Amino acid sequence: MTDRSTTRLLSGPSLAGAAEGLGSHTSRLGPLPRGIDSSSLVTELEASGLLGRGGAGFPVGRKWRALAERPTGRAVIVANGAEGEPASLKDRVLMAHRPHLVLDGAILAANAIDADEIVLYIGQEHKAAVESIGRAIDERRGGVRQPIRLVQAPIGYVAGEASAAVNYINTRDARPTTTPPRVSEHGVDGGPTLVQNVESLAYAALIVRFGAHWYRTAGRLESPGTALITVGGAAGEGGVREVELGITVGEIADAEATPPGRIQAVLLGGYFGTWASVRDVRQMPLDPAEMKRRGLTFGCGIVGLLPTGTCGVVATAGIMAYLAKESAGQCGPCVHGLRAIGDATGRLASGQAGASEVVDIERWASQIGGRGACHHPDGAIQLMTSAMNVFGDEFIQHARTGRCSVTGSRIAAA
Amino acid sequence: MDVTLRVDWILCDGYGLCGDLLPDLIDLDEWRYPILSPEPVERGRLSDAQRAIDCCPMKALKLESETVRRRPG
Ligand SMILES: Cc1cc2nc3c(=O)[nH]c(=O)nc-3n(C[C@H](O)[C@H](O)[C@H](O)COP(=O)(O)O)c2cc1C
Ligand code: SF4
Ligand code: SF4
Repeated sequence: MTDRSTTRLLSGPSLAGAAEGLGSHTSRLGPLPRGIDSSSLVTELEASGLLGRGGAGFPVGRKWRALAERPTGRAVIVANGAEGEPASLKDRVLMAHRPHLVLDGAILAANAIDADEIVLYIGQEHKAAVESIGRAIDERRGGVRQPIRLVQAPIGYVAGEASAAVNYINTRDARPTTTPPRVSEHGVDGGPTLVQNVESLAYAALIVRFGAHWYRTAGRLESPGTALITVGGAAGEGGVREVELGITVGEIADAEATPPGRIQAVLLGGYFGTWASVRDVRQMPLDPAEMKRRGLTFGCGIVGLLPTGTCGVVATAGIMAYLAKESAGQCGPCVHGLRAIGDATGRLASGQAGASEVVDIERWASQIGGRGACHHPDGAIQLMTSAMNVFGDEFIQHARTGRCSVTGSRIAAA
Repeated sequence: MDVTLRVDWILCDGYGLCGDLLPDLIDLDEWRYPILSPEPVERGRLSDAQRAIDCCPMKALKLESETVRRRPG
């Protein structure tokens, strides 16, 4: 496997079929290599440049090293498959179809950091993923040193945040906890815990087989590798794709057979991400490093195409109302601030608010950053701020006239 | 060592006592939750900051050293 093929995580049997069983998985990829010492394994991962796929894009190898080099004591792996992000499907598709690759990654991580327990934390609404991983765990019985536990995450956006996941596993309360202590110091049952997205783990299981060099043969620009992305909102059905990093947003849209003139803006990175006008990003490579430089987000790999006939203000209002509702309700600035932003955006969308509410939203958005136990409010205001940049004229139009220039309608009744 | 004012947002009840006590150091938002400067507290103000911390009914306010905050993961 030294070609530049962009099908890696999803290579193998068709996604139209059932989950890949252990037999097929092992004959296709070979068994998980054993006997590699932890430090060379971590070095290989670091050399690959693999970044976390749960949203924040933190280097995977560096995270493993920090835990592998802890003084002593027990440790736990949490494979994060909560996937509460409404615009994302990639984790559930990966878990439903390649469960053994995910388990390989979790087992590899457990061996690398000498953990004594593995927890698969999967959103309970992702039924096919829960079943597929459950069956895969059964198939592995007897072959794995660490006990593997499947915990179904409650439905909710914040339940997948690392400290919320650990809190739920410990106490059945899926609300984030105050840091420090970080989960890497004090996590499941009080032990140092590695919380890693399921796609990150699956990729680690390929890198240990084929090497860091192989990983880096894909990737057109700065960021190496392929990634699972979820394309949504297009004329076609959208769905999960595996793409080479550095592919342009235009290529992704074209592959959905969506005529260029039919899209006005793109939601990049998910509900915590950033809007961008299609003019600005059509030629832009989907490359986390390049996106960051442009103030955009790769996040968990969302490319949401907003059709020309849909109002960006209305789309944003829907997202902000959702994020406000999904606040875990613990921190004042998140609870009150997001509710205020969500309500005001909703009133603007329906033509019931004036220009002063646009100013209010800008003030709230500038105040809320960093003022919560978790990054939920930070993600929410990032999305809001980008919406103001991209749909600013339309926000003003809604405020001044109570009319939407995209749909042309009087919207107060909508 | 530089220290910065920090709030445990889960504990803070938003009555804004800290902001009333130290209006030049701690702003309050319209719901009376504190808005803290990310800058380290000046040495000469440390005792004032400590007074606000002592008065916080929820024990939500604290001084934290920079090194604690910057660690990753
Ligand atoms: C509100 C919130 C929700 C999150 N939900 C998820 C999730 O559903 N799945 C996930 O893998 N990471 C989620 N994260 C990120 C995790 O906190 C953590 O960074 C991630 O699981 C680490 O894995 P990675 O380094 O492989 O990306 C969320 C973060 C926040 C702030
Ligand atoms: S910041 Fe918001 S979502 Fe995060 S813990 Fe606090 S209230 Fe919950
Ligand atoms: S005094 Fe304490 S509880 Fe009250 S607003 Fe300030 S930090 Fe929050």
